[in-house]
Amino acid sequence: MSWELLARGLECAFSILGVSILSEPALVEIRDLNFAYDKRPVLKGINMTMPKGRLIAIMGLSGCGKTTLLRHIGGSLKPTGGCVKVGGQVMHELDRNGLYAMRRKMGMLFQFGALFTDMSVYDNVAFQMREHTELPDEIIHDLVLMKLHAVGLRGTQNLMPSELSGGMARRVALARTVALDPMLIMYDEPFAGLDPISLGLVGDLIRRLNDSLGATSIIVTHDVQESLKIVDYVYFMSEGVVVAEGTPDQIRASDKEYVHQFVHGEMDGPVPFHYPGRDYLQDLELRA
Amino acid sequence: MSAASTIRIIGHRAINAVWRIGMASRFFIYTLLYSGSSFRRFHLTIKELFSTGVMSLIIIIVAGLFVGMVLGLQGYETLKRYGSESALGTMVALSLVRELGPVVAALLFASRAGSAMTAEIGLMKATEQISAMEMMAVNPIARIVAPRFWAGVISMPLLAAMFSAVGVFGGYLVGVVQIGVDEGSFWSQMQSAVDFRDDILNGVIKSFVFGVVVTLIALFEGYDAPPTAEGVSGATTRTVVTSSLAILMLDFVLTAIMFRGN
Repeated sequence: MSWELLARGLECAFSILGVSILSEPALVEIRDLNFAYDKRPVLKGINMTMPKGRLIAIMGLSGCGKTTLLRHIGGSLKPTGGCVKVGGQVMHELDRNGLYAMRRKMGMLFQFGALFTDMSVYDNVAFQMREHTELPDEIIHDLVLMKLHAVGLRGTQNLMPSELSGGMARRVALARTVALDPMLIMYDEPFAGLDPISLGLVGDLIRRLNDSLGATSIIVTHDVQESLKIVDYVYFMSEGVVVAEGTPDQIRASDKEYVHQFVHGEMDGPVPFHYPGRDYLQDLELRA
Repeated sequence: MSAASTIRIIGHRAINAVWRIGMASRFFIYTLLYSGSSFRRFHLTIKELFSTGVMSLIIIIVAGLFVGMVLGLQGYETLKRYGSESALGTMVALSLVRELGPVVAALLFASRAGSAMTAEIGLMKATEQISAMEMMAVNPIARIVAPRFWAGVISMPLLAAMFSAVGVFGGYLVGVVQIGVDEGSFWSQMQSAVDFRDDILNGVIKSFVFGVVVTLIALFEGYDAPPTAEGVSGATTRTVVTSSLAILMLDFVLTAIMFRGN
């Protein structure tokens, strides 16, 4: 614990001195990334660096391109320009075997867990071990119980996903995500739809798992308060571009209008409350 | 609506239809290419055989029994006019093994197992289970689609055979037990008139073809379904409609090839 505090203190000191954590060796590098669905641009020249061992948040409004960016990192989409490098490899240049080899080192937690509904909790967590390893059943059994124990749900091993609450399903999905101890873990809206206790629990688990596995984690989220508690660095996106970035303290202290509105949950600002439309009085036929 | 926009709509639909046929063909080729694990890890296919084949047995047996009983009644009434009641067994058996067995069993299979496959895969897609599998470096065609495909292909001829066997028994119950047709002539005429190669084997080939087509349509519709409640329900409906039409059209084509001149 004292080492962790020391590390955080050093990071804070470096931050004050203007030395960014981003000077550390990067696991994920995104350079001039552009992407369009048909002719509609979604990502416009994104640049990001995600150092090893760090927990990075990508925030922004719905439809700003966060999940699209995550899908590029996972190699599900090919960019129209620029590239995403993971572990030094350009994702869109990998063939199917290369991509699958890379994905074995990654884990992804989907928004609502995406547990396999025809399998028990145990089989869900054991799924990747059975698919990608030749481990005997006894070892898989012990590993599954260890993973479930890490998320506090060892007692649910025989339940089906339909018997779990939303928060429990998310934790089981988290255990499945880290089943093969990935080097990169991606979270797509991990806090969506959770009650306050589950929310704090999942946030805490994400931080602890990242640190204990020595992994790099990327969280795509709207949940500003919960994520600022646990992450090391934040990128803010709006309409396909990075509009702000910094450590949680820098973000909280930011005087940028967009960041201020987002962090403090203000109704009106650079992101207007009203969808663009005709004049209100004209719509009510009170003005010619 | 102007003529130009009508032509545009027709053209758009035609292009869409060709595009979907192309996608389905590619899907079929991928399914065959990635079928290895369905046989190496045969327990995956057996699990699907249970849900597609075994779970369809009740509907197949009940439907087969009633179709056979109706054939017995109708056949007797028709044959009686020509004094050929003793040929009832032949008529019931040939109708079932050549036509009704493969066709009606395939129609029932499409409604029961095909629609379930589409809904299951469509919902897996809507709940990101397929995306999760891809992100785990597991090929969903090999892990989800291929075992279901081979389960459908294997179970369809067996279900059709079961349908025909139970149907013959239904014809026997009505013709022999209820109406009183001579039991000896019922079975002996059937034995001498039904040819293994021309009748039974051709019926099996038909049901195999229907199995391939129905299962492929069901899997493709599920895999291609928009990931919404409306998308999945639309895909399920399309599975039943498209499969039924495909079965009836293919039945005509196969019958013309197999039995022309017999």
